[in-house]
Amino acid sequence: MVGIKTADELNKKFLREGMWPTIFCNGCGHGVVLEYTFWALEELGLDMDKVIFSSGIGCSSRLPGYINADGLHTTHGRAIAFATGIKAADPDFHVIVFTGDGDCAGIGGNHFIHAARRNIDMTVIMINNFIYGMTGGQLAPTAPLGSIATTAPYGNIEHPFDICNLACALGANYVARWGVSHPYQPIKSIKEGIQKKGFSLLEFLAPCPTAYGRRNKLGDIKKHWAWYDNNTILKEDLEKIMKYGTEQEKEQVKEKIPLGVFQDIQKPGFFEAYEKLVDRLKEKESKPKGAKK
Amino acid sequence: MKYKRDPKRIREVLGKKVQFILGDIACVYGGLLAGVSFFGGYPITPASEVAEGMARRLPRVGGVYIQMEDEIGSIAAVIGAAWGGSKSMTATSGPGFSLMMENYGFAVMTETPCVIVNVQRTGPSTGQPTLGAQGDMMQVRWGTHGDLEALAFAPSTVQECMDFTIEAFNLSEKYRNPACVMTDGEVGHLRERIVIPDEKDLKLIDRTPATIDKKDFIPFTNSQTIKNCKVPDFPTFGTGYRTYVTGLTHNEKGFPATDKQPDHERLVKRITEKIMDDADKLVMVEEMNLDDADIAFVTYGATARPAESAMEMARKNGMKVGLLRLKLVWPFPDKLITKLAKDVDKIIVPEMNLGQIVHPVNEYACKHCEVVSAPKIGGEMHLPMELYKYLEGK
Ligand SMILES: Cc1ncc(C[n+]2csc(CCOP(=O)(O)OP(=O)(O)O)c2C)c(N)n1
Ligand code: SF4
Ligand SMILES: [Mg+2]
Repeated sequence: MVGIKTADELNKKFLREGMWPTIFCNGCGHGVVLEYTFWALEELGLDMDKVIFSSGIGCSSRLPGYINADGLHTTHGRAIAFATGIKAADPDFHVIVFTGDGDCAGIGGNHFIHAARRNIDMTVIMINNFIYGMTGGQLAPTAPLGSIATTAPYGNIEHPFDICNLACALGANYVARWGVSHPYQPIKSIKEGIQKKGFSLLEFLAPCPTAYGRRNKLGDIKKHWAWYDNNTILKEDLEKIMKYGTEQEKEQVKEKIPLGVFQDIQKPGFFEAYEKLVDRLKEKESKPKGAKK
Repeated sequence: MKYKRDPKRIREVLGKKVQFILGDIACVYGGLLAGVSFFGGYPITPASEVAEGMARRLPRVGGVYIQMEDEIGSIAAVIGAAWGGSKSMTATSGPGFSLMMENYGFAVMTETPCVIVNVQRTGPSTGQPTLGAQGDMMQVRWGTHGDLEALAFAPSTVQECMDFTIEAFNLSEKYRNPACVMTDGEVGHLRERIVIPDEKDLKLIDRTPATIDKKDFIPFTNSQTIKNCKVPDFPTFGTGYRTYVTGLTHNEKGFPATDKQPDHERLVKRITEKIMDDADKLVMVEEMNLDDADIAFVTYGATARPAESAMEMARKNGMKVGLLRLKLVWPFPDKLITKLAKDVDKIIVPEMNLGQIVHPVNEYACKHCEVVSAPKIGGEMHLPMELYKYLEGK
């Protein structure tokens, strides 16, 4: 039951009045992730009074400003910790965090790790553009080997961070990575992430032509966007090729970034476990002292 | 289930009306009485007992306790919980307080009510973890970047640890500014008798919620329900006001407004004036023997205890010595200090640091009298005899 059919109708419903135009450059991928999120929210039909956004600092972290909903635009790297408190205050909230690769995998890495480990009920949407966009193109922890940043002028020699891998290892309930050129799977995946109890991570690979593309000779905006199609592969396809493919086929795909759902499990979320603890204490104390079980 | 303060349940969990407990635990009691429903903390001596006390009791009253990954996360979660409608607090000591500074400023800028208990220990850096100090008294005022007003209490007794935690919640809710209980390792680890106030004697203040029509609501401006009040009404997340809250300089609607001087000045002036307009009303001091005093101690927190003993020794020996104890150190009671400086010949400021609050004392004494710093560091309190020597001018 989707009432809304066009992007215009969608924007009218979900965009915050008075904040337009956005700060985003031409060809920036962040707006697409916002649009996907709107479609997911529309299809879920959630009460938007109870959907609360939190974000850190960066271009990607500006997204909650454009959404007609409560939003806490916090400090660099800390959005997930703020979101933990928001959710603790009211179990009816759906808490969604927008964050960047610098914000989440860099300065905020520790908060990310522990929220995932605790399985805190929230949906983290991390937009990975391989760069610190807002501050003008400094090296990000996700930057591919050899890529150029203002603070890696001779090419990056650090190994890039695979944040999905990390989230899986921590036992997060839902982990997925997508790009921004094919809407259907990502929108479905955002829906799954939001509906999931416990911690879900959605990583989006999104172009930043201004601070990354230009410097890394990815060409004009169109070519830059095409880079993502040429350098990613669906996880299932990758697995098939690695299992059944020829050496040549394997060689062709082994450097590509896998997309898809990497983890989808049902561990109890933190607040579910916490509520059980509260109930257990209540029950224990309501029994007369000395009574046996 | 969303937390609802249940006075009967809180009292069941706290136990007897009269108890003999640690200062840190008294902070827990104060928080619970005030209606705290979220505590985010990280262990650090000598403040860990606050977190431990909360971990034991908060789930029993239906609140949420989380041990966060660090103090940056603790204060972040505390601020998030406040926006979700909780009364929330954390507790820490010097190293953790230093880590909290950025988000402390965020709470000021976003006008978020919350309480930080700082059980001070010596520094800089790791210092003497188990020993008390008063070295963060300027940090609470100036430690985060930019302009702000601090709300900072300094308890001298275990009873005050509880009472001032309640009061910190009250001021923080009233002014929508973080409030700090600047206790120290001495008082925090002291065991004393406390009397838990009855429910009818508790005066609790809650933030004024936004109630006006959603389309007329302006989130970052003077109250729209209380006349001449510079504290905005609070649009609790989830109540439909759909507020954007940012640490960037913002206009009255809450939208980023980062490139124009007047926007910043208007915002920061309002968030400082909302407190300073009331500064004279906020003064909380204890005056002892000041009527005829020639010499006065101006002191606070644990240090007030040996200072009081020194005063009593001096009085026995015929010296006219008084004491002004600051219960709320920030906002600073400037007018009171100026008046005192006119009345006495000398003010002595004992502190467990190399001289911090002596600076505003000196500033507001306006050269009307001599101001002497009586510092002591290293995790030991002043001995009364040491302070007595200052009275003798030695
Ligand atoms: C404590 C702190 N350190 C540094 C900064 C400066 N800063 C602002 S945004 C940013 C990087 C953001 O990168 P990312 O999260 O990847 O977002 P993007 O702009 O690429 O979307 C940095 C370093 C800051 N605001 N706060
Ligand atoms: S700098 Fe990059 S990330 Fe930021 S808005 Fe421009 S394109 Fe997007
Ligand atoms: Mg980035």
